[in-house]
Amino acid sequence: MATITIGIMDPPYESANTPTAFRLVEAAIRKGHNVNVFCYEGATALGYAGQKPHANAVHGLSLEEEDHPNPKEWVKSLLAFARDKSVKLVWCNCGMCVDERGVENQIEGVCRGSPVDAWKYSEASDGLLLIGTE
Amino acid sequence: MAKYLSIIDSSYRATIEEQDDTAVWFTHAMKNGGADVSILLRGDAVNYAVSGQDAKGLRFGARTVKGPDMVRDIQAVIAKKIPLYAVADDLAERGIPASRLIPGVEQVQRSVIARLIETHDRILSW
Repeated sequence: MATITIGIMDPPYESANTPTAFRLVEAAIRKGHNVNVFCYEGATALGYAGQKPHANAVHGLSLEEEDHPNPKEWVKSLLAFARDKSVKLVWCNCGMCVDERGVENQIEGVCRGSPVDAWKYSEASDGLLLIGTE
Repeated sequence: MAKYLSIIDSSYRATIEEQDDTAVWFTHAMKNGGADVSILLRGDAVNYAVSGQDAKGLRFGARTVKGPDMVRDIQAVIAKKIPLYAVADDLAERGIPASRLIPGVEQVQRSVIARLIETHDRILSW
């Protein structure tokens, strides 16, 4: 079992980098590895509790039919998945980035840190992957 | 009323989260509001015109993700009488034959883009 640190920087609903990062986290957990996720800048909104699903008039679908995904649900699901697999998933936000964006209201299980914490996660990991924004 | 041309180059940017392409969706919403709009797919976005795409099957833990249905959305655009063009050169460079395109997509040569722009009043570049 290894420990991996993954840095994410893109905000939700903006980039294919986001589902790619989630897929990597999911795959690592599925294989029994511990994962530290450090969300920097816009990615700190991934766990924002205020996200709401919506219906879609252009698709002609109701709220239930659209089943619009909110990344906060993905974070929740991955935290539960890690518990089920008995591996550790840390989901940590850059605190200053959270404050800048006013997204302090985060789902349960998301923690707050700094770039120093990201460095510490990396030092305690077997590998580091930073998915920067472009 | 002005004629709009939505030129879509950026593709599959946030389609998993949005369950659609935001530029296609925006243009369709304009049309629903009464706008005179057309769409030009260029670059990697020409792949939106390919039939048989299937982005289903993604899940994060127990949370399944329905994902986008680009074929449905492109067919809806065509059904809404929104002219939909795709750059033939970009399709050819990506090895996409005409037989794989969703019916109703009109191919245009790259050399024709300037003329297409001239025949519209306002351009939305995505």
